[in-house]
Amino acid sequence: MYGYMEEPILIVNHLTTRLQIGHSPVAVVDDLSFSLYRGKTLALVGESGCGKSMTALSLMRILPSPPALPSEGEVLYQGKNLLAIPERDMRRIRGGKMAMIFQDPSSALNPVYTIGNQLVEVVELHLNLFGDDAVDKVLATLTEVGIPSPIERFNDYPHQLSGGMRQRVMIAMALICEPDILIADEPTTALDVTIQAQILDLMRDLQKRRGMAILLITHDMGIVAEMADEVIVMYAARGVERGDCRDLFNHMAHPYTKGLFASRLSLHSHHAKLPTIEGSVPSAGCFPDGCRFHTRCPYVMKKCREGMVPQFIVGNNNHVANCWLLEEGK
Amino acid sequence: MKHLLSVRRLKKYFPIYKGVFRNVVGHVHALDGIDFDLAPGEVLGIVGETGSGKSTLGRTVLRLIEPTSGEVSFQGSNVLKFGKDELKKFRKEAQIVFQDPLASLNPRKTVRECIGEGMVYHGIVKTQAEQKDRVAEVLVQVGLSPDIMYRYPHQFSGGQQQRICIGRAIALNPRLIVCDEALSALDVSVQAQILNLLQELKERLSLSYIFISHDLTTVEYLCDRVIVMYLGKVMETAAVSDLFQHPCHPYTQALISAIPKAHPEMIKNRIRLLGEIPSAINPPSGCSFRTRCPYAQPICCEVPPCLHGPSGGENHEYHCIRKPFD
Repeated sequence: MYGYMEEPILIVNHLTTRLQIGHSPVAVVDDLSFSLYRGKTLALVGESGCGKSMTALSLMRILPSPPALPSEGEVLYQGKNLLAIPERDMRRIRGGKMAMIFQDPSSALNPVYTIGNQLVEVVELHLNLFGDDAVDKVLATLTEVGIPSPIERFNDYPHQLSGGMRQRVMIAMALICEPDILIADEPTTALDVTIQAQILDLMRDLQKRRGMAILLITHDMGIVAEMADEVIVMYAARGVERGDCRDLFNHMAHPYTKGLFASRLSLHSHHAKLPTIEGSVPSAGCFPDGCRFHTRCPYVMKKCREGMVPQFIVGNNNHVANCWLLEEGK
Repeated sequence: MKHLLSVRRLKKYFPIYKGVFRNVVGHVHALDGIDFDLAPGEVLGIVGETGSGKSTLGRTVLRLIEPTSGEVSFQGSNVLKFGKDELKKFRKEAQIVFQDPLASLNPRKTVRECIGEGMVYHGIVKTQAEQKDRVAEVLVQVGLSPDIMYRYPHQFSGGQQQRICIGRAIALNPRLIVCDEALSALDVSVQAQILNLLQELKERLSLSYIFISHDLTTVEYLCDRVIVMYLGKVMETAAVSDLFQHPCHPYTQALISAIPKAHPEMIKNRIRLLGEIPSAINPPSGCSFRTRCPYAQPICCEVPPCLHGPSGGENHEYHCIRKPFD
């Protein structure tokens, strides 16, 4: 579908995740489909509350239930639907074949265990290595992610490390089992620009060496420009535009994408008034009818307010957007 | 009295205590001799990595932290010598906006109480009715509706909470506002809204800002002049256009090159910094950046000279042994 010759490693078809809030279930991920390929990065972009992280958590099946209801649709990995297999099988895949890096490394690591202890646990569970073998594997991975003097760091607690080092430990934990798919949920939001550049370099380098597929979740267009091969822009639980990274940057079609990209500062002259998207993302459960962006859209038309908006092709085949403005002749 | 604020040789060493008798065993050199001037109506950006002392500088200038030594003069009078009454007057003139808006608003107070408390304390309003009118006026200025006056902080989104914090700061008609990472907790689109607001308020109320940030793109957009800090020292000071067009200090060059590119087809020349900022307990001797500097030489362990940038003049200074465009 996206013109790559290779077989996708993960296929997501019509993924829908609902949360039970009050009496009615609310869809926080609504009919999202995409595929991940070896060695390629897919970026999910959008403001807070667009359902980016919910997508990642649904793929990993780690949403707390209740309030989450079982996800619908298909997540196909090696011919199996990950949403349908028993939890016991999922535990082997989660962390082993599919790993995740979280946004805030200080809350994702356990403060009362040393980092060595936490990493050895992963190795014992997924790789069946014990004792010195496990320790050697951990030290090798810590070296690979660029932690200086790993033997000393092995016995440190998370609070003894800086933010950048903690994020490297998180990456080590995700990569130690050599996963096929890495889900990175805002991996550099908590870090300085210089450290962010180091971490992005590291991820790119490891991806090249191991051929992982990366699902990158971010709200930073700069990171998308640096890392992504393909982009999906999400708004209010739905994908509104998707395409090849370059196509998308060159021919943005959806007004939301345009607004999001236009509010980046690097494009504007000093002190000029910045274009903004008025208002904020509606919260789950209060999504408007029709195109969900119509309440904030500067080009809103009558037909935007009701019914589903079909997908239109922009430029080349891989680049599509859900917006009436793209209807023939407009 | 040309400058609104002048800071000279400002130092802050935090003592480290150890043992039963709490002996001082060392110091964290958070600020190590900072000089700068702020003109009325100017926006001064302070950039640097985490741990470079940006926030300590912002707070020390306002005397929220007592400095170890140095001088801070505000409109010609020495802030560090202020007694209780003068300090109260100074607090009205100089305000601060913090990074996390929810944490800096009292969860048990309504918006009216949050914004209105300072007005009563400083005698700007005399009666309840006056307070209500003034709070409504402030809310309109920061782009919120006066109807929200009786709601609590948790009922707002992050961007609205930050607007309330800015409203609280401008409610006392200050001359100076310190914005300590005021945008970093917000989404990109909301950041743009708040930046527009700050810009607009600055012109309308003739404010000066000290804008502390680690995000160079916002600094480039909003600020007139920038100070680049590293381990409590000033590395480079320049007008914003000079700094971004001709960065002279290797640290500034590295910071600017670490900004992610704006378009996937853009080609960027990267200077990669290895490692992280060293501990401020025992900072490196001489140039504190030399442990990570790609051009470090043996001579760098001596105090680097102050040089002027290519555009010349007092307005562009940096501390390094390298001449521009070596």
